[in-house]
Amino acid sequence: MTRSFKIVVLAKQVPDTRNVGKNAMKEDGTVNRAALPAIFNPEDMNALEQALRLKERFPGSKVELLTMGPPRAADIIREGLFRGADGGVLLTDRKFAGADTLATSYALSMALRKMNPDLIISGRQAIDGDTAQVGPQVAEKLGYPQITYAEEIGEWKDKMFTVKRRIENGIEIVRTPVPAVITINASAPVCRPRNAKQLMKYKHARTLTEEHDNEHNSYLPIHSLDTLRITEWSVSDVGGDEESYGLSGSPTKVKKIENIVLQAKESKRLTSSGEEIDSLVKELISLHTIG
Amino acid sequence: MGNYYKDNKDLKFHLSHPLMDKIVKLKEHDFRDSGKFDYATCTSEDTIDSYDKVLEIMGEICADVIAPNAEEVDKTGPHHEDGRVTYAPGTQINQDVLIQSGLYGMYLPREYGGLNFSMVPYVMSAELVARADAGFANIWGLQDCAETIYEFGSEELKSEFLPRINCGETCSMDLTEPDAGSDLQAVMLRATYDPKKDLWLLNGVKRFITNGDAQIKLVLARSEENTSDGRGLSYFVYDKEWGGVTVRRIENKLGIKGSPTCELVFKNAPAKLVGERRMGLVKYVMSLMNGARLGVAAQSVGISEAAYREALKYAHEREQFGKPIIQFPAVYEMLAIIKAKLHASRSLLYETARFVDIYKAYNFISQERKLTPEERTESKNYQKFADMLTPMVKMMASEYCNENAYDSLQIHGGSGFMKDYPIERIYRDARITTIYEGTSQLQVVAAQRYVTNGSYLAMIRDYEKSEVKLDYLQLKKKLIKMTDQYQTAVETVSGQDPEIIDFQARRLVEMAANIIMSYLLIFDAQRDCSFSDSACIFTNKAKAWNDERFSYISAFAHNDITPFLSIKEENISE
Repeated sequence: MTRSFKIVVLAKQVPDTRNVGKNAMKEDGTVNRAALPAIFNPEDMNALEQALRLKERFPGSKVELLTMGPPRAADIIREGLFRGADGGVLLTDRKFAGADTLATSYALSMALRKMNPDLIISGRQAIDGDTAQVGPQVAEKLGYPQITYAEEIGEWKDKMFTVKRRIENGIEIVRTPVPAVITINASAPVCRPRNAKQLMKYKHARTLTEEHDNEHNSYLPIHSLDTLRITEWSVSDVGGDEESYGLSGSPTKVKKIENIVLQAKESKRLTSSGEEIDSLVKELISLHTIG
Repeated sequence: MGNYYKDNKDLKFHLSHPLMDKIVKLKEHDFRDSGKFDYATCTSEDTIDSYDKVLEIMGEICADVIAPNAEEVDKTGPHHEDGRVTYAPGTQINQDVLIQSGLYGMYLPREYGGLNFSMVPYVMSAELVARADAGFANIWGLQDCAETIYEFGSEELKSEFLPRINCGETCSMDLTEPDAGSDLQAVMLRATYDPKKDLWLLNGVKRFITNGDAQIKLVLARSEENTSDGRGLSYFVYDKEWGGVTVRRIENKLGIKGSPTCELVFKNAPAKLVGERRMGLVKYVMSLMNGARLGVAAQSVGISEAAYREALKYAHEREQFGKPIIQFPAVYEMLAIIKAKLHASRSLLYETARFVDIYKAYNFISQERKLTPEERTESKNYQKFADMLTPMVKMMASEYCNENAYDSLQIHGGSGFMKDYPIERIYRDARITTIYEGTSQLQVVAAQRYVTNGSYLAMIRDYEKSEVKLDYLQLKKKLIKMTDQYQTAVETVSGQDPEIIDFQARRLVEMAANIIMSYLLIFDAQRDCSFSDSACIFTNKAKAWNDERFSYISAFAHNDITPFLSIKEENISE
């Protein structure tokens, strides 16, 4: 008998920091979110692909997304639905705002208790903070085993998943029971493109907040309002200790922010002549770069 | 992370043509699928939005998957062993991604798992795929076969075969034989009815069959004993599962190397009849051909786009005499003409696709209810326009993509001749487009009647009635003069011997095409001024091209054909 799994993919909407222009940072050193397009965090996309592959391998499995953010982060859920996810939850509440990784993982873990999945998959880290802390912290809070830097979720045997980890200098194969948290490395396969039919169906999917926003309501099919509702949860929906959410639950304090401008150093072109190599070696020794 | 749809705003421009609203409403039967299928659209705006978003998916796959695979696919090609064909690994990846994304069966109705797209976005997708890899465009584009089954097959055939298209089963169109190429009336492959099994059995050989090892095949075969012309031919559908067809060899070609071109042997291969006996060639293949010709036109425009972009990129990068070569008149002139031809052929392509859309939508509506007299007239007119423009766009777009690939390679200089740049592949891939699905010479034969019966002239005079803005008045005046000139040329030729009429036909068709494309570019420029350069450049060139043709035709004395005739007596002696 094959078993099926309930999988939750943790995904984050992030400013696209890969193509940072001049206006990327504000004067005060915070990220200028208005100048950067909001995208699906790339490694969370790799995580989604792993989840969708499991869904194909284990018929009956369900993939849901969980994201925390402002109302517009519903885009993340829709992107997942376009690619084959079955649903998703948007954690959105002013009380969640200003969260560091600790408060974020607390909020996610509270939502996950309610969703009760077999497997939690997320990207290794988000490109805005680069902390790689949220996945592991969620695992700790839920008391689940965690596998980081995963590249491939392999066979299910003896109630254990085999997982391939990409570590420095090689690959490590580990096994884990479920429930577990797995964070996926960028070296894992890229996510599949959107599916045409899924897109045409779910482009109408809305959160309640969005339904109240007239702008989005231009052509909503009446027949499918119920099936196309994206779940929104606030602090009161997930319960827990209010003080542990958002700013009040975040011990991280920013002491100082510095703008660092990375500049490409002048490059030198050498021929393969012995003299030029000699002089380079001498220069590097004198600069204490080598020797 | 590229996107061939988003990086080319001309496509969205054509998608937003004023006629699209009408097309969508007809195609969607007033949105009756809304509520029946969860992915159905519910307004015209919603439908166009879906077209746009799905084209975005297509554009992403073309840029990120198909194009990066093209070089390797060209090099490796498909593999033939034990009578079967395996695609190059890259081809299989392209195929898998497109299936996963639901981009097969785009044109098919939703009840058969299709997306129920109209022709315009479907043709746009074909153009996108061809820009990425012209050879792969054939494999993807053969989903056209489903349309024939849908239009002419029984309910049973439809439900047996059509739902498999969206799942990605591939198709082939098996027409050509060693002795039946352009002249399909000579098809010999035998179909005999086996009453015991209630099946037809096919025996014989097909040659030059694109994607010949497909799962679903449409086969033209001789079902009527003791016949030798087109009326003895019927159309059959064959399922690979039924067995009896093997691939004897695959061709080693100049271009589109990723697309397997097969020689097939049919040995008692079971098949089912599509539609009625004897209608194979005269009705079904002709209809399929029109779709296929539009497909080649789309492929050609895609190739032109690729050639243009390669040329533009290289002309900026390459520096000689201390500056980028695009600064030299000899180079920028070539580039601007490549672009003008690209724009002109694309405008003609989508004008044709819109006409096809309207009459086909009416055809489907007419199966359910009687059309009103106005609708019937409209449908008939659009069908005629589509029939007039299809051979024209097939010829012009394919000729232009060859000229554009040639000029683009020229701009690359010696580097273009090497395997280091994509242009050498594009140049080779372009070459087939003026040949298959009817050579340019045969497109002239199909178009010729619209020259002689005055249809093109009437169409042009109709374009002439449209008001143009002040900026384009001078161009329009030129076009009116060119139309008068064309009219004179037609009159000069039409009184002459049939031999001379055939001899001059191509010049006349091209003259009409040049005027039509110029008008279309002016209309485009009025909607979006980014087309005004192309409208201006193209119309001026068109005038020069037509002057040359006119001068040749008007100076051509009756006996000027004689020196041409003597070539028929010459031969290479062994």
